[in-house]
Amino acid sequence: MRLELAGITKRFGSLVANDGVDLVVEPGEIHCLLGENGAGKTTLMNVLFGLLRHDAGEIRVDGETVEFADPGDAVRRGIGMVHQHFMLVPVFTVAENVVLGFEPTRRAGFLDRRRARADVARLSAEFGLEVEPDAVVESLPVGIQQRVEILKALQRDAQLLILDEPTAVLTPQEIQALFGIMRSLAAAGRSILFITHKLKEVMAVADRITVMRLGRVVGTARPEETNEADLAAMMVGRSVELVVRKAPARPGRDVLELSGLTVVDERGVTVVDHVDLRVRAGEIVALAGVQGNGQTELAEAITGLRPVTSGSVRVDGLDLTNATPRQVIRAGVAHVPEDRQGDGLVSGMTIAENLILDVYDQRPYARLGSLDLGEVRRQAERKLVDFDIRAASPTVPVGTLSGGNQQKVVVARELSRPVKLLVASQPTRGLDVGSIEYVHRRIVEERDAGAAVLIVSSELDEVLALGDRIAVMFRGRITGVVAPGTGRERIGLLMAGMEEADLPPSAEGEDGAVTALDLT
Amino acid sequence: MTRTETGPPPAVAPATAVEPGPRGEPPAWARLARRLVEANVAVVTVLALFTALVIGAILITATTPSVLHAWSQVGSAPGHAFYVTGATIGDAYGAIFTGSVISPSALGHAISTGRGWTGAFNPISETLVKAAPLILAGLGVALGFSTGVFNIGAQGQLIAGAIAALYVGFAVHLPIGIHLPLVVLGGAAGGAVAGFIPGILKARTGAHEVIVTIMLNYVFLDLLTYLLTSRPFQQPGQSNAISRTMPATARLPHLFGSTLRANLGFVIALAAALAVAWFARRSTLGFSFRVIGANQRAGRTAGMDVRRVTVLVLVISGALAGLAGTVTLSGTDFFLSTGYGGNIGFDAITVALLGRNRPLGVVLGSLLFAALDVGGASMQVATGIPIDLSSVIQATIVFCIATPMLVRELYRLREAGGGSIQLFMKGWSS
Ligand SMILES: Nc1ncnc2c1ncn2[C@@H]1O[C@H](COP(=O)(O)OP(=O)(O)OP(=O)(O)O)[C@@H](O)[C@H]1O
Ligand SMILES: [Mg+2]
Repeated sequence: MRLELAGITKRFGSLVANDGVDLVVEPGEIHCLLGENGAGKTTLMNVLFGLLRHDAGEIRVDGETVEFADPGDAVRRGIGMVHQHFMLVPVFTVAENVVLGFEPTRRAGFLDRRRARADVARLSAEFGLEVEPDAVVESLPVGIQQRVEILKALQRDAQLLILDEPTAVLTPQEIQALFGIMRSLAAAGRSILFITHKLKEVMAVADRITVMRLGRVVGTARPEETNEADLAAMMVGRSVELVVRKAPARPGRDVLELSGLTVVDERGVTVVDHVDLRVRAGEIVALAGVQGNGQTELAEAITGLRPVTSGSVRVDGLDLTNATPRQVIRAGVAHVPEDRQGDGLVSGMTIAENLILDVYDQRPYARLGSLDLGEVRRQAERKLVDFDIRAASPTVPVGTLSGGNQQKVVVARELSRPVKLLVASQPTRGLDVGSIEYVHRRIVEERDAGAAVLIVSSELDEVLALGDRIAVMFRGRITGVVAPGTGRERIGLLMAGMEEADLPPSAEGEDGAVTALDLT
Repeated sequence: MTRTETGPPPAVAPATAVEPGPRGEPPAWARLARRLVEANVAVVTVLALFTALVIGAILITATTPSVLHAWSQVGSAPGHAFYVTGATIGDAYGAIFTGSVISPSALGHAISTGRGWTGAFNPISETLVKAAPLILAGLGVALGFSTGVFNIGAQGQLIAGAIAALYVGFAVHLPIGIHLPLVVLGGAAGGAVAGFIPGILKARTGAHEVIVTIMLNYVFLDLLTYLLTSRPFQQPGQSNAISRTMPATARLPHLFGSTLRANLGFVIALAAALAVAWFARRSTLGFSFRVIGANQRAGRTAGMDVRRVTVLVLVISGALAGLAGTVTLSGTDFFLSTGYGGNIGFDAITVALLGRNRPLGVVLGSLLFAALDVGGASMQVATGIPIDLSSVIQATIVFCIATPMLVRELYRLREAGGGSIQLFMKGWSS
């Protein structure tokens, strides 16, 4: 299918999210859409999928002008969309989810499970999407759930597949598998519109690249004619430091002390298993590991969100084992939660309100139990500028911000009070390169101001760039603590469950102070 | 690399809104028209009201014998059929209005003769009397809803408040300036205690507040029945289930002279609405209520104490329901009997829904509900159309408001981008 968008304009009040966007996707093409946070990529895709109505412009499918009143229309014209937040029924099986809404039925309206299963099997085989048709969706890892979403679109015979930031939640292996699927779809003549912030992925998979900024298309390129630095500059409008600059850490006293920390979750599984870890003032410890190896639970146990089964958590000498989140916050711990929409923000409330979620009852925002709304607004205006949050005003609901700008709101809130310990889970997930640069700089500044920092990240690049020490977690245990100079393979082996002691001695010295690393 | 520069290169990173470009800007009238069709809250509410009146009119047409008779002879006198229909509908709705707000003819009479003012203003006075407890209990329910706590126990809390107020009323003897405030506080405290029970049960054991509050309604209803036949509540020398009466020092003063029943209770209700509005918007505690109502996990992550808020919401909600019981007791009834409070506690849920959990909305919704109740009774007397018509209109309004999708479909409204109607039942299952 050949898709043509001509002069698409979409406004939200006075804000122009898409400003005369032109875009052509050829049959069998993997087309990458790049752009900084809030550039209007998701908005454009929502217009294309019939979720939003554009104010001006035309959508043409194979030369014919089309109007989509709702996603149903778009699906009928062969467009499929995989949203960043999956829309699956968790308790249904893969096959049931795939046919949901277009169920093959037998006489008397009974669901034809056999045909549903056969459909799934046929599509899986055709495009190399391996899934078990009878598995219950909630028991599957995100990477597989995403495949179910793709299957859903294919089952409705999508000729053009929209993938909005599909890789943000995937492990490196899952990303490689996804790319394989995308290539086989393109080879079969299907077109793919792929949104990501990771320039490496763009270079690896794209046939053509369109870059957006402030609602407009600012350039197109082919991967062979360009490079990551150029793309970053085109996206952000200035040259971007793709490396983290930081002086060697000068660690001080122990701030975070975990000893024998063990967490058993509600299913009775030991998710954190006798973890001993120290993070000192003025150093960044990066916790690496494939997602789902207990990193999230560890962060939650430290911040009082999850009960500790045994062992202890101490922050600056204070025993915070099983303390309430409030006590932890009052002890000077800042927390950037992994799931910003679920745990970090209240999407219906304003940016200004979200910025005071954990200090709303303190001066200068509150006096004698009443809020100083003027002060709340003034502080919010300042933070919009300080953290470069792109929004019409501090009083718009935070849920209307682009994904990356929502993340900046969380980071802005957590970094704007005195911090002894910063626990940040996936702090740059969904951010563009410019914002990543900024957030990384702020984290390093916190470190240099004497805070202890624990970063949980499934991005190996981020771990290597930020960490003064790198702790690797596997199945709830720390399998090794290494210096950032350590080779990727070695860390990879630790992530796969090898113990540090079992590995051959590393070639690099433990003090190999690497101060600049590629992070794209 | 090809750089397709469209227009001037955008300036680097302005943190605020992008100014709308000159190109493709729709004219002002088109934007205005768009805004009107976009289904904002006010438009949906007005259309719901309109729909309800239309359905009411159809019902009147279909059930009034004189109208049906006229239509059976529509062949010989078509104009007559339409005339009778129009007149009947007009009379019915006119009677609701004159019965609940003001009667122009009675007013004219009073102006010309200088007497009969009471009759002219009695309808609006009765509406205020009916609205006061609805507002108070409705505010409590709304506060719970917007915090994600479903307090279905306003009825029981209202009774608990009334019992406490009555006790303070007859058990102590003080001058009115001290006694009356004590009675009001006592009523609020009674309701607060009744709200505390489901609150602490939910916080401590996770018991679902819907079940607990519904069941507590029966507990308080039966507690009242028991107290009404035992000392010290039962009226001395009575064998019936009737309570002692409130002494004069425990009664709310009338607002417009002793012949109209409108009393300070309505002022208390308005003051409570202002207080709740301030509380929700401006107080730190109200802020945490809103956060937890919208996203409990985010509230918890930010260090808010969800259990404490759960208990406090039910306590405050109960106190407001308790005040509702107090203003009916001290304002108009002066004694308690079995089944006290009628349906107020349940109508409060409807009113909270109608008012979209906003204090001003609750006040307006309560006035509308009270007017339909009071006016419906007058309509039955004046036109013979049963008062149930009022109930049908009330129900239709609520139905339309509760299902904004229906109204939008009916009137082909486009969904508004922001401020559209939020699904209010969110959190019911949690
Ligand atoms: N429903 C809405 N109401 C108001 N403004 C909106 C709405 N949806 C999006 N916006 C605004 O439109 C702009 C573009 O947002 P969009 O989500 O398309 O960005 P994006 O390119 O997908 O960014 P990201 O990479 O961060 O996901 C943002 O400034 C955002 O705040
Ligand atoms: Mg987006």
